[in-house]
Amino acid sequence: MNNLNYPTIALNGLWHNNPIFVQMLGLCPLLAVSNTVVNALGLGLATIFVLMLSNFSISLIRNIVRAEIRLPIFVLIIASIVTAIELIMQAWFHDLYQILGIFIPLIVTNCSIVGRAEGFASKNPPLPALWDGFMTGCGFTLALILLGTMREIIGFGTFFSQAHLMFGESMNWLTIQIFENYHGFLLAILPPGAFIGLAFILAGKNIIDRKIKNIKQKRSVIILQQTSINN
Amino acid sequence: MIRSSPYILQKTTLQQIMLKVIYALIPGILVYIYFFGWAIISNLLLAIGVALITESIALLLRKRPLKPYLSDGSAILTSILLTLAIPSIAPWWMIVIGVSFSILIAKHVYGGLGYNPFNPAMVGYIILLVSFPLEMTHWVTPINMIEHTDKLLLNITQTLQYQFFNLLPTHTNIDAITMATPLDELKTALNSSAKTVSEIKDEGMVYGYIGGIAWEWLNIAYLIGGLWLIQQRIISWHIPIGFLSALFLMALFFGTDIDQSASPLFHLFSGATMLGAFFIATDPITAATTPKGRIIFGAGIGILVYIIRTWGGYPDGVAFAVLLMNMLVPLLDYYTQPKVFGHDSSPKE
Repeated sequence: MNNLNYPTIALNGLWHNNPIFVQMLGLCPLLAVSNTVVNALGLGLATIFVLMLSNFSISLIRNIVRAEIRLPIFVLIIASIVTAIELIMQAWFHDLYQILGIFIPLIVTNCSIVGRAEGFASKNPPLPALWDGFMTGCGFTLALILLGTMREIIGFGTFFSQAHLMFGESMNWLTIQIFENYHGFLLAILPPGAFIGLAFILAGKNIIDRKIKNIKQKRSVIILQQTSINN
Repeated sequence: MIRSSPYILQKTTLQQIMLKVIYALIPGILVYIYFFGWAIISNLLLAIGVALITESIALLLRKRPLKPYLSDGSAILTSILLTLAIPSIAPWWMIVIGVSFSILIAKHVYGGLGYNPFNPAMVGYIILLVSFPLEMTHWVTPINMIEHTDKLLLNITQTLQYQFFNLLPTHTNIDAITMATPLDELKTALNSSAKTVSEIKDEGMVYGYIGGIAWEWLNIAYLIGGLWLIQQRIISWHIPIGFLSALFLMALFFGTDIDQSASPLFHLFSGATMLGAFFIATDPITAATTPKGRIIFGAGIGILVYIIRTWGGYPDGVAFAVLLMNMLVPLLDYYTQPKVFGHDSSPKE
């Protein structure tokens, strides 16, 4: 089965079936939390863990759960995993937890998690499901970090500010001041900036996809021509 | 948009229309120069330059011909309207950001001239207002107020030095050359200092003869230009009349407590009222197209302007009101299509 091919699963999660760029799922946390890179990374990592654990456990019980009641069961599993992650973050990353606030518990409602549970984990064995959860989570985190980088650089003129929230005081050197005496561009920090930024990222992805498609078409045309000449 | 007959061939081109609108702005620009100084001229030149450059970039990216689109004057008019709406001593990068957002995001991303649902100049203005709220309040003291206050007047070299190098003359700060606009001053005085309107009038910082001090002349100049545009049949009377009468009536009905609220005339001759009514709301692309729709469109803007000025967080609300009503335009056009002659008004099955 093509779906069980590990590199294909990885490519699907990161690019062809990216939860943000292609499926447009989970836009609410994306738009709300992507104002700095650290916030984006924090929520992204939490989502990766939830996706991996939920995909794995749902895949384990996929043969014993009756189809009629599968959705409530999925939601129950996802909710308990999110609660555990929330408690862990509250204990070890308290400052970050306070900044991300309501968006940690709201991971439950991130459509891409139930989407992966229903679309992949409930039909595939545990290990591919775990891998799929990891790669889909990475795709989500990639989008978050990309948007977070754009908004932080344009909005604050910094990159990776407040790195201590995530890695402790010793890692503050990660913060880079890109523009000195920067005025700040408030629009990028505010919600409209998130929408405009996401629109540009989506447009960029469409351009890249079209370029790839063109190259592939040209190649196949050349191959066809060569074979016809050979024949 | 579909209108009922008669269809009359118009001989005026887009370029002529845009030129006439720019001519109509000249009295307003002259009054602006008198009260706020010559810096507006260099701002306008900078804005027009940026507009032409960003328009060319957008056209090249979209693989469209340059000459017909550049020479139609729409980008130039957008940049002029935006520049007239922001303070005269706005730093150069604010003009660059505002104009390029107007042209690139508000106009070309939506498909270029004729397809943009939102007024490009006002989108640029809102982006500046939301992103740089402090700089957007830095209106220099009008020339007729210099004597009454201990404010300083910058000459043109000093202004340009501030705009381009962020340098002010020694022993001066920005507060010594700027002053709150009448609408801003009135709002703070009424809300936080709990003064009455007659006390504010006595201080002589807000009220002129009929409207906001200095700003009333600016509004009168725009009114004259706008009336000329109506006489030239470049714009129809529906939108300005709808806007101004709605604002007047709102101020009349809700302003019964004359100690706590500005008079209807003050609303008409302060802030961006006349510029908005005759030049911004009447943009043929983003406004409603049917006569009835235009009256509703204008009235909606007037009502929203009063609401934002009186109960909102910003001193003036023309830009927000115009954008909000732009969103309703498809709906207005849909429900106000004139009856075709000879058809029954009630739909038959």
